Amino acid sequence: MAMAQGGGLFLIALLALMGSVKAHDTQFAVHMAIVAVLALVGAGWRLKTMDVRARDIPLREREASYMDDVIRAGAIATMFWAVIGLTVGVFIAFQLAYPDLNVEPWFNFNRMRPLHTSAVIFAFGGNALICTSFYVVQRTTGARLFGGALPWFVFWGYQLFIVLAATGYLLGVTQSKEYAEPEWYIDLLLTVVWVAYLVVFLGTLAKRKEPHIYVANWFYLSFIVTIAMLHVVNNLAMPVSWLGSKSYPIFSGVQDALTQWWYGHNAVGFFLTAGFLGMMYYFIPKQAERPVYSYRLSIIHFWSLIFLYIWAGPHHLHYTALPDWAQTLGMVFSIMLWMPSWGGMINGLMTLSGAWDKLRTDPIIRMMVIAVAFYGMSTFEGPMMSIKAVNSLSHYTDWTIGHVHSGALGWVGMISFGAVYFLVPRLWHRQRLYSLRLVSWHFWLATIGIVLYAASMWVSGIMQGLMWREYNAEGFLVYSFVETVAAMHPYYIIRGLGGVLYLTGAVIMAFNIYKTIRGDIRQEKPMGAAVEPAE
Amino acid sequence: MATNADNKPSEAKGQHAGPDIDKVTGQALTDHEWDGIRELNNPLPRWWLWVFYGSVVFAVVYMILYPSIPLIKDGTTGLLGWNSRAAIARELSEVEAGRQAVMEQIRSLPLEDIRADRELSQIAFRGGQSAFKVNCVQCHGSGAEGGFGYANLNDDDWIWGGTLEEIAATIRHGVRYDQDPDTRISEMPAFGRDGLLDDDQIAAITQFVLSLSGQEHDAAVAETGSQLYVDNCAVCHGESGEGQPMLGAPALNDAVWLYSSEPEVIASQIYNPKHGVMPAWTGRLDEVTIKQLAIYVHGLGGGQSAEEVSAN
Repeated sequence: MAMAQGGGLFLIALLALMGSVKAHDTQFAVHMAIVAVLALVGAGWRLKTMDVRARDIPLREREASYMDDVIRAGAIATMFWAVIGLTVGVFIAFQLAYPDLNVEPWFNFNRMRPLHTSAVIFAFGGNALICTSFYVVQRTTGARLFGGALPWFVFWGYQLFIVLAATGYLLGVTQSKEYAEPEWYIDLLLTVVWVAYLVVFLGTLAKRKEPHIYVANWFYLSFIVTIAMLHVVNNLAMPVSWLGSKSYPIFSGVQDALTQWWYGHNAVGFFLTAGFLGMMYYFIPKQAERPVYSYRLSIIHFWSLIFLYIWAGPHHLHYTALPDWAQTLGMVFSIMLWMPSWGGMINGLMTLSGAWDKLRTDPIIRMMVIAVAFYGMSTFEGPMMSIKAVNSLSHYTDWTIGHVHSGALGWVGMISFGAVYFLVPRLWHRQRLYSLRLVSWHFWLATIGIVLYAASMWVSGIMQGLMWREYNAEGFLVYSFVETVAAMHPYYIIRGLGGVLYLTGAVIMAFNIYKTIRGDIRQEKPMGAAVEPAE
Repeated sequence: MATNADNKPSEAKGQHAGPDIDKVTGQALTDHEWDGIRELNNPLPRWWLWVFYGSVVFAVVYMILYPSIPLIKDGTTGLLGWNSRAAIARELSEVEAGRQAVMEQIRSLPLEDIRADRELSQIAFRGGQSAFKVNCVQCHGSGAEGGFGYANLNDDDWIWGGTLEEIAATIRHGVRYDQDPDTRISEMPAFGRDGLLDDDQIAAITQFVLSLSGQEHDAAVAETGSQLYVDNCAVCHGESGEGQPMLGAPALNDAVWLYSSEPEVIASQIYNPKHGVMPAWTGRLDEVTIKQLAIYVHGLGGGQSAEEVSAN
């Protein structure tokens, strides 16, 4: 097996090397060289660590237990990419405030921005989703991950996708589709990895030992299936050459725009909402040690959410060349989405009934609760912003950026941090985290950071929208574009500071996680110990 | 917390007999359990359900009133007959109708008469300000302060003349804009590049030009440049460097410089001059907007009247 894997990797290295030599552009050559080097290193490592003793002896004990090593790797990758993605985010926030920070050609805003979005959404969020889904699906089915070494292929294939996408952005490889910037060959790699992910997940569900499938797995599965569909359709493209990085999408004009936002909004809906709801449905009841509030609500809000979400994309194209009927549908489906989204919030928050006192003593629960609160806030704000009258003010302004970040920093970030804090002691068989007090520090830094971010972007976005549409008595525009940019400068600085706080929290977390994995324990007063419990 | 049992696959659970009751809330639990997670059998919150129904009703009503259902060629138009293109067209035409009378006045009256009418000139100024922010700030700056190679419009130094009519003519036809036959054209010879003057002579003229505006200069060298200036430059820029708006020759005796007052930049301009271009705005902007722009630029502070010019 190791021989075959090593040989396969070596073959991939050879093909990539040929691709690199024959490449039609520098970017493609660099990318193929990266693939070749990584495959070669992988092949060497595989052969070197080949376990000859175990080759013919079935390892029953290990087969029977859960496959946790890939989840351990995933937890570390999640933390690693979180710090990278947030750092880039802080940097581009300050690039907007101080344009001199644009370093040409590789580190200008245009190239750093997709690096930030992909690093936080796909690298941080994606790794969090993959590793928690592997953990949750095993625990809630009572079965080991399906597919032998396939989960490891998913893990490493996904990291390769991230590295190629990220280096590609800096080198200028992009198909200019928001959140789908990687070019055709990187898309193909992700397709293969994603299908493997689906196989692992479905295979594990199929051999489950529980009679029912837990709600968290419905959400994870809907996320995996829908992302596969969205990714394939939105990235349908014709490469200019099989040895070059450039391709052209098969859709054009308004069809391309609609496909893109069908993809883009459902990346929000199924990656950043459904996937993380799956996370919430496992980790909140586990951490609170309380039953889920309502089984019935979970069924109704799951099906209504996934049915309605897929239609909402056109609200990104209000008042454009998109036909009016499509804009109407995008808006009304977004409004109908409000309550299905809130079903998840209700189930998350109400699961704590009977355990609210834990908010005082358990900063991890606090983190999960604030995540659900931000989820509720941004899933109200979203439908509101999809209303055409509101959208005519908010569209293209910083308000949208603020909205996305209250969801991304508040919901996605906080629920993932909570899940990783839950996972790490268990994965490394530690009694507890290195320090709960540091978790509390993380919580407050992150929360204040989000408030600074969201509030400054509300003010700057609404101001920007109002300045754009300000007319004088004769119907003449009052402000030039550059005047609106100048007016936003102070808010850009506040936003950057909010980002610094949030990043600081994540760095503290990385330190805490590192110490926990090493097995260090910080001697500290337990959380909430200062207050006498009411008897 | 992390016990060994946590890390082992659980055995399949048997069916529970009858619903369990959660001790904390008194609510029935469903009979499923996964990794210790149970579910309460709470009903859907009523308010949640009714708001959801309400949003569906809103959606249906909205879809009946507005375009919503795609058909073979087009979509349904909705009971209100609203569409976004007609809406914006109506909005624009309403604004247009509201200001039509004033705009007609601006169109028909000569610029000087507009300026003499206090109220009309203020309206024209605001219109010009708005048009300036859209069309002119890219080169002349958001405060009309200009930049390297782009004229500052706030001062009273005008390369092509600062009366209302002269400013309007510059806007209409541009400068060295070869697609407009009436464009303003001036071309300073490339004295150095074409061998009309040698480097020492250019250095001498440079020092003399610096002396015209009272800047720091080498008096001895400037003295030798004085005659060279008269022979080569004065015909356009004037004996004392006062410039000639008729020819588009900038004044050299003040603190206003199109490029820079640095000796190297002056020398380089004599050696091989830059010739900037401004596009002609006739055709891109309508006549009313151009007149408003002229009023605005004239009113920035340096506008001249015909009498002022002849008095000079």
